[in-house]
Amino acid sequence: MPTATDTSPIKKSSVLKKQAPPLASLAKRRLTSRWATLAALIIATLWTIPTFGLLVSSVRPAQEVRTTGWWTIFQNWGITTDNYSAVLQAGNSQLNLAGSFINSIAITLPATIIPLVLATLAAYAFAWMRFPGKNLMFVLVFALQIVPIQMALVPLLRLFARGEIFGYPVIGAFGSAGYAQVWIAHTIFALPLAIFLLHNFIAEIPTEIIEAARVDGASHGQIFFRIALPLTAPAIAAFSIFQFLWVWNDLLVALIFADGPVAPITKLLAELTGTHGQDWHLLTAGAFVALIVPLLVFFALQRYFVRGLMAGSAKG
Amino acid sequence: MSGFLQWLSTLPSLLQIPIIIGVFLAVIALLLFFIELAPRQGKKYTIIRLLACIIFPLGMMLALDSYTWAIIGAGLLGIVLFWLDYRSRDGAGYVFQLIGFLSPAIVLLIAGLIVPTIQTTIQSFMNSRGTEFVGLENFIWIFTQPQGVRTVLNTVVWVLVAPAISTIAGLAYAVFIDKSRGEKVFKILVFMPMAISFVGASIIWRFIYTARPIDQAQIGLLNQIIVWLGGEPVQFLQAEPFNTLALIAVLIWVQTGFAMVILSAAIKAVPTEQLEAAELDGTNAWQRFSNVTLPSIRSSLVVVLTTISIASLKVFDIVRTMTAGANGTSVIANEMYTQFRNFEQGRSAAFAVVLFLMVMPIVIYNARQIKKQRELR
Repeated sequence: MPTATDTSPIKKSSVLKKQAPPLASLAKRRLTSRWATLAALIIATLWTIPTFGLLVSSVRPAQEVRTTGWWTIFQNWGITTDNYSAVLQAGNSQLNLAGSFINSIAITLPATIIPLVLATLAAYAFAWMRFPGKNLMFVLVFALQIVPIQMALVPLLRLFARGEIFGYPVIGAFGSAGYAQVWIAHTIFALPLAIFLLHNFIAEIPTEIIEAARVDGASHGQIFFRIALPLTAPAIAAFSIFQFLWVWNDLLVALIFADGPVAPITKLLAELTGTHGQDWHLLTAGAFVALIVPLLVFFALQRYFVRGLMAGSAKG
Repeated sequence: MSGFLQWLSTLPSLLQIPIIIGVFLAVIALLLFFIELAPRQGKKYTIIRLLACIIFPLGMMLALDSYTWAIIGAGLLGIVLFWLDYRSRDGAGYVFQLIGFLSPAIVLLIAGLIVPTIQTTIQSFMNSRGTEFVGLENFIWIFTQPQGVRTVLNTVVWVLVAPAISTIAGLAYAVFIDKSRGEKVFKILVFMPMAISFVGASIIWRFIYTARPIDQAQIGLLNQIIVWLGGEPVQFLQAEPFNTLALIAVLIWVQTGFAMVILSAAIKAVPTEQLEAAELDGTNAWQRFSNVTLPSIRSSLVVVLTTISIASLKVFDIVRTMTAGANGTSVIANEMYTQFRNFEQGRSAAFAVVLFLMVMPIVIYNARQIKKQRELR
């Protein structure tokens, strides 16, 4: 469709809006929109109250949380940060919540950067290099998204812990070496979606730009660095936010690959719900410690966030 | 490499981040340096290529502490690659660049996804220790004992309920707030749960569902409301069969924001002329919505529905954190983990395969719809 017709509806509607609509219709529209706004308000309240209650409870004294509802905070007044200092020390024999928060950072940052770099490299090759079987291979990478990570968890664990593939040892085991296996696991699980999405963005670069660079004698390395990377930076940023949140919020991969002293905060929180199931002053504070990072990312980088999540919501 | 990783794990956690990222980027920079050199012609560069072709795979296998035969094999493979590269149709050095760009990701995908998937599939036909072929026994076990049937049925309930309700709620909300004052704030409020981990969301909702004896003050909001209305406190997470619905509510709470954002964007793309033409014809708001808006956002609706369906099929964290599958709330992903914990590898693998078979058609359909939608734009 030519661009001229694309812009016309906007003009037309603005012209229409300038004309005064008939009074009756105006009143009717006001009325329906008032009901709609009311309904929206109700839904918004319903959706916000749970998080709000958590936040309120996390700063109330333990005794109050145990015996009265958080909505009675004004009758049973009291604000404290004790819950936070208590929950940061809570945990198991190997690790407390403060330590697991550090672990979450140490797991998430490398597990975001490494897959993104590898995926960008591969996406460039799929988009701008010619080789036989390219399409078939790309479809295969794309098709890997249908494999739920559950299919890969246990054999991958065996590869890390014993260096075995099909029961035959092939590499040296490094399962006990700190964060290494959880970094690699997250990297692998991120790759299919990352390659697919970044390929879509890198392939959208106009052919003329790439051709012009090639005529000027630029090699693939230079085109990748000077053209592909800068032009797709926003897409890479959007996806990296998604990957960051995915790793930070993940529980399943952590349960299998990050055991004992390297466990992230989600794992420790899930454990706390088992062992301290009724200590709501601890659980609410602990949950808020885990929420604060994604919420900060959410409020600070909202535009990128929406784009990244929309692109990656089917992952897992 | 295991020595390096061992050493790395003795360092303070936060110090490990810059070191591992630094080492990784250094390796990638070295790779890109050779990619940069690759297309240059001349004897000197040919020799550099040959050395790189041998040293990279050989060094990689050496770093992984592999066996001598595998290290030598990798070196020989490197020579083959060099020869292929030398004879390449696109000039010497082209295949070298190609492999430089592609191989890190492809090797990881083969070793970390493709091979393990095959292994899990084989495992699902083996006994608990993976030593003996037992045919379909694991699958028969899942579909014959009541707990297993319950697990599969629960998963089906999740897929039927969660996508439908979150899409309807998201759509309604998107319509209500469309062009209203403060639309952005409204969106943020409902979209916010998307940022929260399922574990965090589970704790939030467990708190809402808490029940205390009737003679004491309630601390769970939902039971307080029931008491206010004159009812008796309910143990939401224990009362079968509705406890599964209590868990599904958490996923709905999280996913509605996603549905709302996508559908809101689709609604804004509906041509204004069509809506105005319908208005001139004297239709009311509902008729305009069902006859004009709905048909034009159909493809977005399908994408939202299928995406949330996939999320509900794979749901694990919510069930694990809230009930760990007790009181008949287990789902396939949770049962897969439970069986793995119980050293029942065959059954665990069989659950994974069942999940795979259930997810596959929806993912394929979803991918097709997304592609179609892209082409329409």
